[in-house]
Amino acid sequence: MLLDVTDLRKTFPARTGLFGNVIDRVHAVDGVSFRIAEGRTLGLVGESGCGKSTVGRAILRLIEPSSGTIRFQGDDITNLPPKQMRALRRRMQIVFQDPYSSLNPRKRAGDIVAEPLLVHGIANAAERREMTEAIFAKVGLQPRQMGLFPHQFSGGQRQRISIARALALGPAFIVADEPVSALDVSVQAQVINLLMDLQAQDGLSYLFISHNLAVVEHVSHDVAVMYLGRIVEHTDKATIFAKPLHPYTQALMAAVPVADPSVRRDKKHVMGDVPSPIDRPKGCHFHPRCPLAQPRCRTEEPVLREVQPNHRVACHLVA
Amino acid sequence: MAPVLEVSGLSTVFHTRAGIVRAVQDVSFSVEAGETLAIVGESGCGKTMTALSLMRLIPSPPGEITAGSVKVAGTDLLKLDEPGMRKMRGSQIAMIFQEPMTALNPLLTVGRQIAEMVSLHENVSRRAANARAVEMLHHVRIPAPERRAREYPHQMSGGMRQRAMIAMALACRPKVLIADEPTTALDVTIQAQVLDLIGDLRKELGTAVVLITHDLGVVAETADRMIVMYAGRKVEEGTTKDLFADPSHPYLQGLLASIPKFGAGEGTRLREIPGIVPALNNLPKGCAFAPRCSAAVAKCQEAIPPLETKRPGHAAACWVT
Repeated sequence: MLLDVTDLRKTFPARTGLFGNVIDRVHAVDGVSFRIAEGRTLGLVGESGCGKSTVGRAILRLIEPSSGTIRFQGDDITNLPPKQMRALRRRMQIVFQDPYSSLNPRKRAGDIVAEPLLVHGIANAAERREMTEAIFAKVGLQPRQMGLFPHQFSGGQRQRISIARALALGPAFIVADEPVSALDVSVQAQVINLLMDLQAQDGLSYLFISHNLAVVEHVSHDVAVMYLGRIVEHTDKATIFAKPLHPYTQALMAAVPVADPSVRRDKKHVMGDVPSPIDRPKGCHFHPRCPLAQPRCRTEEPVLREVQPNHRVACHLVA
Repeated sequence: MAPVLEVSGLSTVFHTRAGIVRAVQDVSFSVEAGETLAIVGESGCGKTMTALSLMRLIPSPPGEITAGSVKVAGTDLLKLDEPGMRKMRGSQIAMIFQEPMTALNPLLTVGRQIAEMVSLHENVSRRAANARAVEMLHHVRIPAPERRAREYPHQMSGGMRQRAMIAMALACRPKVLIADEPTTALDVTIQAQVLDLIGDLRKELGTAVVLITHDLGVVAETADRMIVMYAGRKVEEGTTKDLFADPSHPYLQGLLASIPKFGAGEGTRLREIPGIVPALNNLPKGCAFAPRCSAAVAKCQEAIPPLETKRPGHAAACWVT
């Protein structure tokens, strides 16, 4: 197993009192476990504030997890000291949502992509240049564009630069955090195809974080749905889209507008807003919005359990 | 039925140091009462500039509406002076925006803002205006409207603020509602609620809705008819069903093929539209889409294709199809 995350938790202090004591905590990630095998993609889905981005960052230890273990290629990396962690980042990288703010506007594209090589002391200047050219070609950019600055590229091209930078060190695993959400649809397709081509060529694994279910269905092998810091359903792609079991997953699927006017239907939409992660409802966090909620759901927290082989659901009502 | 909104030959330019930016060129469409027309396109296609032109909210200078007419129930908005236009905004034609926080005044309670809108257009007492504000909040299904009316925008969630903005826009029963990416900043479950709400209010009040969006899923679920814009021009128009089933313009064909579809199966590749949208201050001589179009022929580089009826109720601007 390439990546094995067990009971990952992250809380942030939310409010501090008069003397700096923490009054409230945000439970951003609250006991999340999953595994990703070589060459596979896990899609992590949920609405804003569900903790999906925090999971991605905590795995790379860009933010420190509060508890839990992260095993990467068999090694426990949860408490790895910074120096060793830096070395390990050759093997695990991240691509962010916004290619406008994640690239240094004062650096040339070629230098941005070559920087990881420089930081890790790989190769001499001439070799680095050659490697950078090869990566540029690999992500569909022209090597002659290496001298340009980020603002001279379009959004889709900028996202290619971000991907090129992530690929520079030859990683085995990439966290892709909403990598196409800021792009126009016609350009979105270019970037999705690129990510999938790279997986087919190099056997990369992805944690693909997105709120867009159609994109997730397209790229993922397995899908995990998060709500208020927890995974509520987790199974393979075909099963979750054909037969979602958790009422929240069902609500999410029903809410997604489908680009086909012939299937327009009268849907029942889930009511209410997502509650605050500081003050989460007791019992099942989804119960105030759940059309099927029963007394038990208000008091007793459902655990994520395997209801069918390789299909985990956290709901009292699923047999 | 006569259309309540009739736009014809609308052209808007911006005078910039980099030259004249042709944001909207010769755009025409009409919307009937109770109908939803979607304006679809990617960033920079001119859909928001079209909306702002209808509301006469183009900053001038540098912007200028150079040609066309915008008739609401027969009155040409482009011929009105500013006080005349101010009377129309809110009472005849209203607009909601993507980010309600920027459209609502953070220093006034939500109820006060809606009431202000009512007293501006109607000769009613303050008490009656306040009552109308609460009624409108109830109408957009905000729970506990009396209490919510006394709250400030920052005390509300994003979805709630969007509802409050819809309440304000519809308080004086305008004939036309322009919704510019009204759900883009919202989560999907909240987006579904807000789209349902706009659809229901349209039916109840008979409002004509112009929905501006980049999301073809939203179009498919809500619009009766749609127009597709590319580089400032209308390139295709028709009923939503017809355009999704059988698009004529290679641009719309490409857009529809580039979105992931549920259940498409393992290993299917998305179709890409190569290249990027052209700069509006440096448009190609012929069809603006020609440099990205796989079907382009020599003529496409030479002349801009006119909008032609391809079949009843369906028009496209393409030399090839």
